[in-house]
Amino acid sequence: MSSKPRIAHAATHTQNNFLRRFVFSTDHKIIGLQYFFLAFAAVTIGTILSLLIRFHLVWPAAHLPFVAGGIMTPEQYLALVTMHGTIMVFFVLTTAPQSAFGNYFLPLQIGAPDMAFPRLNMLSFWLTLLAFLVMLSAFLVPGGAPISGWTAYPPLSGLGEITGPGEGMGQSLWVASVLIFCVASLLGSINFISTTIDMRAPGMTLTRMPLTVWAWFVTAILSLLAFAVLLAGGILLVLDRVAGTSFFLPAGLVVSGEVQTHDGGSPLLWQHLFWFFGHPEVYIAILPGMGVVSHILANFSRKPVFGYRAMAFAICAIGFLGFLVWGHHMFVSGMNPYSGLTFSLLTVSIGVPSAVKTFNWLGTLWGGRIQFHSPMLFAIGFVSFFVTGGLSGIFLAQPAVDTELHATYYVVAHFHIVMGVAAIFGIFAATYYWFPKMFGQRMSEPLAKLHFWVTFVGVYCIFMPMHFVGIAGGIRRYADSTGATYLAALEPLHRFMTIAAFITAAAQLIFFYNLFRSLKSGERGVENPWLATTLEWTTASPPPADNFAGCFPSVYRGPYEYSVPGAAQDFLPQHLAPEKLPSGGEERNHAR
Amino acid sequence: MSKVSARPPFSGSASPALVLAVLLVIFVAATVYVVVARLYPAPPPISQDAVQVDHQYNLTLYVTGAAFVLAQLGLAWAVFRFRDRGQKASHIRGNVALEILWTSVTAIAFVGLGILGRNAWAGARFAPAAPGAIQIEVTTNQFVYTFRYPGPDGKFGRLDPSLVSAPAGNPLGIDPNDPAGRDDIVVASLTVPVNRPIELLVRSQDVVHNFFVRELRLQQDAVPGMVIPVHFTADRIGTYEIVCTQLCGLGHYKMHGLLNVVSESDYDAFLKREALPQ
Repeated sequence: MSSKPRIAHAATHTQNNFLRRFVFSTDHKIIGLQYFFLAFAAVTIGTILSLLIRFHLVWPAAHLPFVAGGIMTPEQYLALVTMHGTIMVFFVLTTAPQSAFGNYFLPLQIGAPDMAFPRLNMLSFWLTLLAFLVMLSAFLVPGGAPISGWTAYPPLSGLGEITGPGEGMGQSLWVASVLIFCVASLLGSINFISTTIDMRAPGMTLTRMPLTVWAWFVTAILSLLAFAVLLAGGILLVLDRVAGTSFFLPAGLVVSGEVQTHDGGSPLLWQHLFWFFGHPEVYIAILPGMGVVSHILANFSRKPVFGYRAMAFAICAIGFLGFLVWGHHMFVSGMNPYSGLTFSLLTVSIGVPSAVKTFNWLGTLWGGRIQFHSPMLFAIGFVSFFVTGGLSGIFLAQPAVDTELHATYYVVAHFHIVMGVAAIFGIFAATYYWFPKMFGQRMSEPLAKLHFWVTFVGVYCIFMPMHFVGIAGGIRRYADSTGATYLAALEPLHRFMTIAAFITAAAQLIFFYNLFRSLKSGERGVENPWLATTLEWTTASPPPADNFAGCFPSVYRGPYEYSVPGAAQDFLPQHLAPEKLPSGGEERNHAR
Repeated sequence: MSKVSARPPFSGSASPALVLAVLLVIFVAATVYVVVARLYPAPPPISQDAVQVDHQYNLTLYVTGAAFVLAQLGLAWAVFRFRDRGQKASHIRGNVALEILWTSVTAIAFVGLGILGRNAWAGARFAPAAPGAIQIEVTTNQFVYTFRYPGPDGKFGRLDPSLVSAPAGNPLGIDPNDPAGRDDIVVASLTVPVNRPIELLVRSQDVVHNFFVRELRLQQDAVPGMVIPVHFTADRIGTYEIVCTQLCGLGHYKMHGLLNVVSESDYDAFLKREALPQ
């Protein structure tokens, strides 16, 4: 690709108008930061909701000052559960790893001046923000937020207020928000895919792309295919709710003594459509984290990623298989049992590329010179959580075993560790790693380490006991433990988890403080503080509007050339031509 | 362009590596202890299908447990052993033989578990209920279980949604004009004879609910518009709790029923007691 049109295009960024530069910006870096702070707001709200959930589970009769009537009702509890899940999945786990960091760093890492479609990029962000505001507004309408969970199974979600509080206007706003979010994600994914295919610097072949870029690229393909289906499903749900159609609603429904007029729909159809999106969504949340972790482990072990090609292939394999396993959410749904077996075998197969990733991460650490900077600690934490949460999934992947564990806290523990916490650790690792690039300042390292230790221990204290609550029969989404006699025995564990949750949440204040303090007055960073190899470290911090100040890089080698024998320095940047390398000889065996 | 310095400075202290390794070891030890000591066990199984599920669960626990311990301790060892002591990192790009080895081992282990897991699932779900199984209908609505026995004629009466009226004593909407329905027994808890195959016909009137008895390791969603057959043979007399595990509305947490597994004679007595006078 010639560099002329890129520079011409990049010139549009240099306008000095504040609104144009920082609010209605088409600069992928500003948009990345906008997504970052949106996710930041969302994770704050989502965490507060989770603390209310944990508090209520342990002290259900406590008087809360901001709850109408003082004591939280079951429907208020379910509204918290629904909104916590929805906000975290869509506006944090989808938004931060992919839309925020992907937006900021994908063009930088491939040597491009911006995303392929900058205006579309801006539209994606503003639609996401709109979706977030619509979602939050569900709290404010009569009846409150919906109570049907983030999975919104009809008929509970399809009939309006008659099925419960929050199922009227609250559920309508929920669906509207999800639909807007789908459109935003579709536009975003088109942008990511086009940019990766079309805008790579000369020499940036596919096998020289950082694994972060591979991860964002495959995640974008997953988003394109998954959100399209959720968009369709959501539209059908809206039609069932407002237009009297019956896509998900069968004949003969009697709700609260009233016969409904729907006829011919299938509640299972929604479950298929939802999980066709919902399972790939897990990988949309986690794949970018895997990319970031591979990247950081290599950087701070001062070693190449072990088995780069296998790692890139594993990302693709996980992405592909991720579309074939949605039925494992439906083993007890009434789906044909033979389908259950098929989905089961496909699901355990995902364990194979996942194990390849884990082994290769260990292989990357092995023989390294490991430097325990805060991004590295969070990356290692990610690996530990991924192992724990991945292996607990092997139980749930088998329909017979799932029959015992389905819908218990075991499932909640599993997906929080592997999808929630691991992905969040990926976000933390990325934040600490790239903060000096994004803001030209460094975050306080002692505070970052303190944040890591408390969070790492705290997370295991919250979620390991949760597995045991599930094995002992604790059912998720229960507003209190009076529903069955055996639940009372689990209260000590719940109390322990709640205390751990409050301590862990408090530790996040250290992160908040560190982030905002460093934004205002962090130590001035150097351009390449981690002595890294990839292109984002070849430009100023923060990068200029066109990313490379008109001087676009060419790429001469793979992304993880650390500790190359015979080289004078322990890292060989991607952009340095062989003849420009410091004396000491060019690396050997660099045929890539 | 970035300045090139030769190598990162020696990062000094060994403590993060040591602390991280020790934390991982403590965490693995605590988890293994809770599992091995069976501090939070599932209740004992009361059917052969449930025993099969437990068997598969244990097999999975051994395989994943070994992988868990090895991977976490391997991670702990790697971070401690290869901490920065000023050494030069080795330039290893990968090892095809090793990668093929561990890919194959995990493929065999995980897919093997999946294939073995077929048995417990097939036993409970693939085959229909044994001939002569007692049919009982389970109907769910917000937030109640209702059970219907076909009565002496062995036939369930026709249901009509427009006749559903709990206040009028017809929560299921049984059509009074259908003779097959006149002897149907409608009760609020499930009573079955021990060691006899039971076939449940699970259905729902309003939203998706679930029928879960932990001791049977039997969990089935109740989906409106569908009648889903599941079967079991309980081999231990006792009373067990039925809970709803599918979010069904504000009363989800208190949707609750009882399964009474009784002797054959107690079962006959139950049927007599509940039978409507003809």
